[in-house]
Amino acid sequence: MIRATIRRILPQLVILALVLGLNFAMFPGFFHLEMHNGRLFGNIIDVLNRGAPVALLSVGMTLVIATRGIDLSVGAVMAITGAVAASVVTEGGSWIMALLAALGAGALCGIWNGFLVAVLRIQPIVATLVLMVAGRGIAQLLTKGAILTFNDPGLIRLGGGTILSVPTPIWIWVTLAVVVGLVVRRTALGLLIEATGINERSARLAGINAKVLLIAVYLVTGLCAALAGIVVTGDIRGADANNAGLWMELDAILAVVIGGNSLLGGRFSITASLLGALIIQSVNSAILLSGMPVEFNLVIKAIIIIAILVIQSPRVKHSIYLLRASSGPVLARRAVAAKGAVGEDHP
Amino acid sequence: MRHSTRLPLYITIVTFFVAYAACIFQFPNMLSSRVVANLLTDNAFLGITAVGMTFVILSGGIDLSVGSVIAFTGVFLAVILRDTSIHPLAAFAIVLVITTVFGAAMGAIIYYLEMPPFIVTLAGMFLMRGLAYVLSTESVPITHEFYGWLQSLYWKAPGGGRFRITGLLMVLSFVAAAIALHRTRFGRNVYALGGSAQTAQLMGVPCARTTISIYAVSGGLAGLAGIVYSLYTSAGYSLATVGTELDAIAAVVIGGTLLSGGSGFVAGTFFGIMIMGLIQTYIVFDGTLSSWWTKIVIGGLLFTFIMLQKGLAWATTARIPRANVSAARS
Amino acid sequence: MAVDTPPVLHATGISKFFPGVIALDDVELALYPGEVHALLGENGAGKSTLIKCLTGAYSRDGGTILLDGKPIDPRDPLSSQAAGIGTVYQEVNLLPNLSVAENLYLGRQPRRFGMIDHRRMVRDARAVLAEYGLDLDPARLLSSYSIAIQQIVAIARAVELSGKVLILDEPTASLDRDEVQLMFSVIRRLKARGLAVVFITHFLDQVLELCDRATILRNGCVVGTRRLESVSQTEIVTMMLGRQLEAATKHHDAGPPGKLLLSLRGFARRGAIEPFNLDIHEGEVVGLAGLLGSGRSETCNAIFGAQAADRGTAELRGAPLQIPNPRAAIRHRFALCPEDRKTEGIVGDLSVRENIILSLQARQGWFRPLPRARIEEIAQGYVKALDIRLANLDTPIRLLSGGNQQKALLARWLATEPDFLILDEPTRGIDVGAHAEIIALIERLRAQGMALLVASSEMEELVAYSSRIVVMRDRRQVGELRGEAISPTSIIRAIAAEEEAVA
Repeated sequence: MIRATIRRILPQLVILALVLGLNFAMFPGFFHLEMHNGRLFGNIIDVLNRGAPVALLSVGMTLVIATRGIDLSVGAVMAITGAVAASVVTEGGSWIMALLAALGAGALCGIWNGFLVAVLRIQPIVATLVLMVAGRGIAQLLTKGAILTFNDPGLIRLGGGTILSVPTPIWIWVTLAVVVGLVVRRTALGLLIEATGINERSARLAGINAKVLLIAVYLVTGLCAALAGIVVTGDIRGADANNAGLWMELDAILAVVIGGNSLLGGRFSITASLLGALIIQSVNSAILLSGMPVEFNLVIKAIIIIAILVIQSPRVKHSIYLLRASSGPVLARRAVAAKGAVGEDHP
Repeated sequence: MRHSTRLPLYITIVTFFVAYAACIFQFPNMLSSRVVANLLTDNAFLGITAVGMTFVILSGGIDLSVGSVIAFTGVFLAVILRDTSIHPLAAFAIVLVITTVFGAAMGAIIYYLEMPPFIVTLAGMFLMRGLAYVLSTESVPITHEFYGWLQSLYWKAPGGGRFRITGLLMVLSFVAAAIALHRTRFGRNVYALGGSAQTAQLMGVPCARTTISIYAVSGGLAGLAGIVYSLYTSAGYSLATVGTELDAIAAVVIGGTLLSGGSGFVAGTFFGIMIMGLIQTYIVFDGTLSSWWTKIVIGGLLFTFIMLQKGLAWATTARIPRANVSAARS
Repeated sequence: MAVDTPPVLHATGISKFFPGVIALDDVELALYPGEVHALLGENGAGKSTLIKCLTGAYSRDGGTILLDGKPIDPRDPLSSQAAGIGTVYQEVNLLPNLSVAENLYLGRQPRRFGMIDHRRMVRDARAVLAEYGLDLDPARLLSSYSIAIQQIVAIARAVELSGKVLILDEPTASLDRDEVQLMFSVIRRLKARGLAVVFITHFLDQVLELCDRATILRNGCVVGTRRLESVSQTEIVTMMLGRQLEAATKHHDAGPPGKLLLSLRGFARRGAIEPFNLDIHEGEVVGLAGLLGSGRSETCNAIFGAQAADRGTAELRGAPLQIPNPRAAIRHRFALCPEDRKTEGIVGDLSVRENIILSLQARQGWFRPLPRARIEEIAQGYVKALDIRLANLDTPIRLLSGGNQQKALLARWLATEPDFLILDEPTRGIDVGAHAEIIALIERLRAQGMALLVASSEMEELVAYSSRIVVMRDRRQVGELRGEAISPTSIIRAIAAEEEAVA
């Protein structure tokens, strides 16, 4: 069981180790940690902290993609939930009320997407496009177009504070990942999600309530986006409807894909997606530390994605399989089979 | 049943004119050649991009890279005109070749490696944006006199509207695309791919060539849009036109094209663009409304048109008449 | 069609092998101009393999194909089409989002000054379709016409492009009676034009009505080619099924069935199955016999809620029952092993273990996972009891052989401890050993008091385990056989529905 898990995430671990090693090579102090005013500092902490929003999103996105879906709206949902949280505290509410309101807004967005996908049976990419386009407008409506700043210490601590010297966002994404991971793997949910993603028809005939399951998965994704929205809002002490979570859905999808999860649904690994998110963040960090102009960040990211995608493409996988087979015993067996066939042809 | 495919197109056109009439009713000033000319000029680059996007979406694909391609084109032109002495027309030709080849390369990856267009063009989006950054992170002004000359070309209509060459380019793109899509075999093959790639292959459609050409067209038109955008802003900026791909997709869908491919008209895309432009113009005229209403209204329109398509699809499948048999028997 | 006319297409010695299977063994097929030639055989007899070898979709492992006396070697459907062999399948392989005219002319549209000449294309299309007896507007979308019209457009395209041989693979499977007649009139016109038409169908009466000759395949071999005017329907069915009519009889005594479990009245689904009544008792196996397309699977699906019935009532142990979806059926301890294992049964990428416990887990609910020990116990237990052969339980089920997949699916349903088990073609495409085991299992389950409904095209199999056999034809029940009356002969007679006594 544990062995299988490690084998599953091994490629991502290797890539992450490589990228971190690269960081270390360029900046020997990369793994150095120090305490300062009761807060841990260090580049590795930065990677974990800065990677929090994408990590949070990738948890939900993994589940959605496992069902053969996709959620383009998570970035916009982050903006909405950030705006909701900020409006609650600026209206005098407590940070707990803000948190609950934001989670509620995220849940609503998720249910809307799930309704479009599961009940109206609109293609997920189209269904979530609606909220992707309109969501940011709704967020701006809530903030009246301005950056809604606040001083509520509770909300700020969620994005920029620490617990036991470790930045709160790290706690949040690790906790969420553990909770969601445990829930899907310790209950039957993970299995049922995978079954639905692989073969919805078989799954339905086997008695799985695919409709409700799909809505639930989009709901979870909405909640993840809400948490990510709060983290970003707390971090910058304000809700920036224009830029909060901008293009983060693409990073989240990328994290899931780098995590080796197929866009065609089925088997998923949340751990691998999280490693994907950390890989993305480490690449950013490496480029920063290398002293290379930041401008190269995107080019390198694009090249890495293309490389990973090409390796994962069905055509390439198949050729690799053929290549391996041609040197192994499979071919020998085939040759025998072919001979047998010819033999029967001319008895 | 021709009506069922044209209906969304007609609805888009009617929506535009009704909305325009309503605007004029509230702000009589909106009935001027100036507003019309600005609609064309301000949306020229988006319109040209949306033409390419229409090809891609009709074939059942998607192209997320166009916004980055526009930014890259702008920066490339600005840098090359600043650092070298080549003529802008030559620079235009070079950049169009680059973007067209870039699109064709994405098409080839999509076809030959059997990878989803979404992910491939997402990588393309990062790559082009990154290349734009690499060329320059600053906004680079374009001061070439040829630019000034191009920008001074316009026809001043009665009422003060200035119809510029960029608007004309957009309209020409739409006309050319309409002819290509409806009157050439390539265009019909685009529709065939969108109907079903597998069936199209069985019916002898050259799928590889068609897929590559489609993304090449989209890349090339995005390059053209980049040229138009650089004329519009007289600068190249790597952070420009972020999210243009979304606006283009929205315009295509509002124009009545099915996002799953195979059905739609490039004329619808034109009116989709005009509707989106009209919303912005209205907000400017109103003065009290905020810009975010654009996004909300466009999102609402998107949803309405998706549901309309869904409803039409349901209605058509429910209505396919077996009765046709008796009618058809001779 | 005189004997001395040379055949337009003559295929000899066609062989095709798949790993471990001889799909076609030295098959000969001769087609003469102006004939409609039926290709008959039960599923797996090799009909579609033969067609795919002729059209180049498969590369054959042996044999020659002569077209007009010249050898051809099609590499893919497009090249066979260019050579003169056109094919039309049950699922219309045209583009519903294009107009009728465009579907006819895609890739070879008439052009003027480099531009497609729509007007001429529509005019030409109208003229072409008129030859097929269709008077319709070719400028309209293909999807605005019925499947029958679409089929005829597909035929017209195939004939326009090839023109010598036309292969029709189950073109009438989803058509109603009037539409079938329309299709026949088109085929007769083509016959009159001198085309050789191959007609594949499971509807024997259609064969007798339309075709001149028939080649019957069984297990990849040609059983014979017959002129249809000189044979009886019973003879054809016998050739297809390969049974000596007087051979097997019912050889077990099941004893009286138990209490009434399920009672259906006027159950029907529009376009799928005509209204039927059915009573099923505990400790009883009800067999569903009939050729393919007779409504066997549709009956199973309607009872299980997979394609819910839209008319009729159901009672379970005397209490009224609604079965709108499979979940409801499973809640009432129904189970269905579907006919199409691959798309409706297995969840390919999941392990055998997960596939076995899937339904039980789905019924338990999301948040009550089966304990790992229990999962292991169930999976191991069924692997042993049903002798499922696999490397280990973590193997993805798609890697198993057909027989082992089927046993794993049976295990999935047995794990839910059903009162009523529906099996749709439980032995389709599985090897002989697993075949016998599944039949023994059916008998064992019945003895334990389970109620079973088994749809099968294997007569001997049905005879072996059925307490009673319901015979279907044309989507309706046409007879019921009980006790001593059950024999392959009687089933075949009921299917062939010949009024006069034969043999």
